[in-house]
Amino acid sequence: MRLGMNIVVLVKQVPDTWAERSLKSSDNTLDRESVDAVINEVDEQAIEAGLRLIEAHGGEVTVLSMGPDRASESIRKALSMGATKGFLISDAALHGACVMQTATVIAKALSTMEWDIVLTGGESTDARLAVLPALLAEATGAAQLTQARKVTVEGSTVSVERVNEAGYSVIQASTPAIISVLEGTNEARYPSFKGIMAAKKKPLQTVNLGDLGIAADEVGLAHATTAVTSFENRPPRQAGAAVKDEGDGGVKIADYLASRKLL
Amino acid sequence: MAEVLVLVDANEGAVTKATLEVLTIARRLGEPSAVVVGPAGKAAPLAAKLGEYGAAKIYVAESDEITGYLSGPSVDALEAVVQQSSPAAILAVTGRDNKEILARLAFRIGSGLMADVVDVAADGTTTQSIFGGAISVEGKVSKGVPVITVRPNSVAAEASPAAGELVTVAVTVSDTAKLSKVADVIVEAKGSRPNLTDATVIVSGGRGLGAAEGFAVVEALADSLGAAVGASRAAVDAGWYPHQLQVGQTGQTVSPQLYIAVGISGAIQHRAGMQTSKTIVAINKDPEAPIFDLADYGIIGDLFVVAPQLTEELTKRRG
Repeated sequence: MRLGMNIVVLVKQVPDTWAERSLKSSDNTLDRESVDAVINEVDEQAIEAGLRLIEAHGGEVTVLSMGPDRASESIRKALSMGATKGFLISDAALHGACVMQTATVIAKALSTMEWDIVLTGGESTDARLAVLPALLAEATGAAQLTQARKVTVEGSTVSVERVNEAGYSVIQASTPAIISVLEGTNEARYPSFKGIMAAKKKPLQTVNLGDLGIAADEVGLAHATTAVTSFENRPPRQAGAAVKDEGDGGVKIADYLASRKLL
Repeated sequence: MAEVLVLVDANEGAVTKATLEVLTIARRLGEPSAVVVGPAGKAAPLAAKLGEYGAAKIYVAESDEITGYLSGPSVDALEAVVQQSSPAAILAVTGRDNKEILARLAFRIGSGLMADVVDVAADGTTTQSIFGGAISVEGKVSKGVPVITVRPNSVAAEASPAAGELVTVAVTVSDTAKLSKVADVIVEAKGSRPNLTDATVIVSGGRGLGAAEGFAVVEALADSLGAAVGASRAAVDAGWYPHQLQVGQTGQTVSPQLYIAVGISGAIQHRAGMQTSKTIVAINKDPEAPIFDLADYGIIGDLFVVAPQLTEELTKRRG
């Protein structure tokens, strides 16, 4: 029997949401150059959840990312928080990959590893699809434990609280399982100075499509299952009147709503 | 005429408004067929409404195993309907469960998923509003049968009576679909307010409320309008309101007819979740608050004075 758990945490490098983001007019894909690249925020809570699990049960956390070479920065950050090792899938042919291709490629990478649990953030702030974890469950045949705000492991049974608008459901499965966590799951730790220094020496393996046995002409923008045909920057909303309250502010809003037939 | 499948959402035994909107959009692509996936007996009370909004057929994919497990059985059931009907497109309302179910279905049948569109043209071209409404994107599913989820409030639902013929689909739930067991379902205090994501009117509160108790002002205003209640990230991070009700980049994206922001400054992350609202009204004491840059109407003043006055006025006018 193996000791501890093998956990893979998926992280995505995304453009900083505090800046104005854009698409490139050359091929309608995300402009990654003009904005700072950061780790997708909620993925930090997936890293934290993974670290807490191995602190409680023993084991290793492998951080996996797919993206351009600079996505290694996000992996290093996870390593500095305490993850064990890194794994980057990087290949120019993956540029413009759709979510179905991404699921196929990551599932292929996962098939080369031993893992009990895959953890990741509930959605990325750029694409905001929130379906990759479910697709990985479909592609790997592992249990889907997604959109969780709480993760509990006992033996080989994993329970999560899956959030919905009315409350939550408790979903249970045996490992292997794919878990996605939502914001508010935990408070992700900051890397310590010692952690940052240690991260520089931790192993980070980079693989390309050939290493994974995937043909370049199966993936990427030209073979994606969805296509962006055009895009348009929307003009900013026009500001309307902002009136200082003279004691009748509430009545004025009611009048405005009535004038717009919103009552 | 090409058949277009629409996955039906129901709430307390009634078809949701957002589902009727999707049925309305589906008519542009072909002849809508509603698909009801759920436990035995779910479809019967929904049938009349689905027919009224254009469903020529209503596929009844019922099994008591469906609610017992996450995603898997629903994907199996939907796949059975797809095999039986060979549709031209598959549509559903954007939502946590639906997106995951449709994504898995699309993967299985070799299709692409276009999620959270705000419009679909007759030729299948979709429009999405990304980066919080800053960019409008046109696109298409380029492989397989288009699988599309539609953001609530994207179109007005219009009735268009059709036969609504019930067609029973045999659902066999595979063992591999039963990996994730629903062990418990807990309904937290929800009250009678509408769901945030498909509400027509939303009143949201932010840092300006000062404390969890401050939300009483927002809730009273919401109730006078029959509105849903939302919260900014600052209010959620402070622990004043649950994360499920957070509007913004890392919360829900909403697009109601009317959005009233109370004590919300309007940081870029909040705007990303609400700036496609049709009409935006803001109440904030800071005249420099960025929320006023996108508000159609704003009152600069003390929210604890202005909001209760508005509530009282609305209650009076609505009798």
